[in-house]
Amino acid sequence: MSLRFQRLLLILLTLVIILSAVLLILYNTRENVSYFYTPSEIDELEIVINKTIRIGGFVENDSFNKISSSSFKFNITDEKASILVTFSGILPDLFREGQGAVIEGAFVDNDIFKATNVFAKHDENYMPASIKKDLKDTGYWNKKYK
Amino acid sequence: MKFLVNPSKFNKVADYVFLPVLILSIILFFTGLIFAFYLSPDDYQQGSTVRIMYVHVPSAWLALLTYAIMTLYSIAGLAFRIPFGFIINTAVAPIGAVFTLICILSGSLWGKPMWGTWWVWDARLTSVAILFIIYIIIIFMNLSFENRAVREKVVAIFVLVGSINLPIIKFSVDWWNTLHQPATISKLSKPSIDPSMMIPLIIMTLAFIMVGLGIAILRIKTEIISRKSNLS
Repeated sequence: MSLRFQRLLLILLTLVIILSAVLLILYNTRENVSYFYTPSEIDELEIVINKTIRIGGFVENDSFNKISSSSFKFNITDEKASILVTFSGILPDLFREGQGAVIEGAFVDNDIFKATNVFAKHDENYMPASIKKDLKDTGYWNKKYK
Repeated sequence: MKFLVNPSKFNKVADYVFLPVLILSIILFFTGLIFAFYLSPDDYQQGSTVRIMYVHVPSAWLALLTYAIMTLYSIAGLAFRIPFGFIINTAVAPIGAVFTLICILSGSLWGKPMWGTWWVWDARLTSVAILFIIYIIIIFMNLSFENRAVREKVVAIFVLVGSINLPIIKFSVDWWNTLHQPATISKLSKPSIDPSMMIPLIIMTLAFIMVGLGIAILRIKTEIISRKSNLS
């Protein structure tokens, strides 16, 4: 085995070891690395009142209600569980029913999540606006595109 | 392919390709911008804001590509004692840093109208911020150390350790819940982007590659000359 090859092997081996160490750390701290909890993850956790967390999911269809001109309530769902959220403030442009959203705030009691910040999440699909119309006209529109 | 590892052969090839690269980058950039601003449609969801993608995505790809190239050359430099590897490290680190900065700034401008925030500490954004910091550290390391032989090795090792961040950036959106959406274009599945938006994206990516290559050629040549005259 030549010296060059030995050095190459040593470098690659070191990289693999460091990479697995980093990945193990990240895997075991994934709850902290993840930016938000999904509603079904919340179900498994013990709810701590007034502790700031973030939840993420879709705004449930037909759940959006205006309480007043600047305060709203809606459900955040991941199709397995859903959480009632109240928010007063300005919603992002993309926010609507069926749209992904990340909500920052805290539970005020076991059922109601009071939001301080609402972020809209958009998906990885890009499509011209004109095609959406065509798809709807021909009935090929997939509801999950929303 | 010797020009990829041999400074004097690189100089020869660089002299041939520099002018074509320069012309191509100008042509591609102008066609790309015309496509991005006038010939591409609005997104069904994001409207006109989607045009930020034509700057944001190519700069992100180039930031990662630049680092990947530095990683390969660091391995070559350390394992096979090829000095050209260290020349590349010194020359292209600032280019990668600028691409990362463009990516972060354009992403921030995109995040405000779409997500409702300039910046969040989710896994994707944080790992790209770390990439930027790594680039800055490499640039400063290249400016420090009296002894060139020591400096080159330390920088190359640091580049290798930092390369662990690359898969983390790439897969952060799949491994963890993030505000950033998952990849649109991946090798395994059909891209979920319409061809009318894919074309400007490809042209802009090629334009970014050409601009990066042009600056890289100039910086590598400068680095070769300054080493020959023992300036650094």
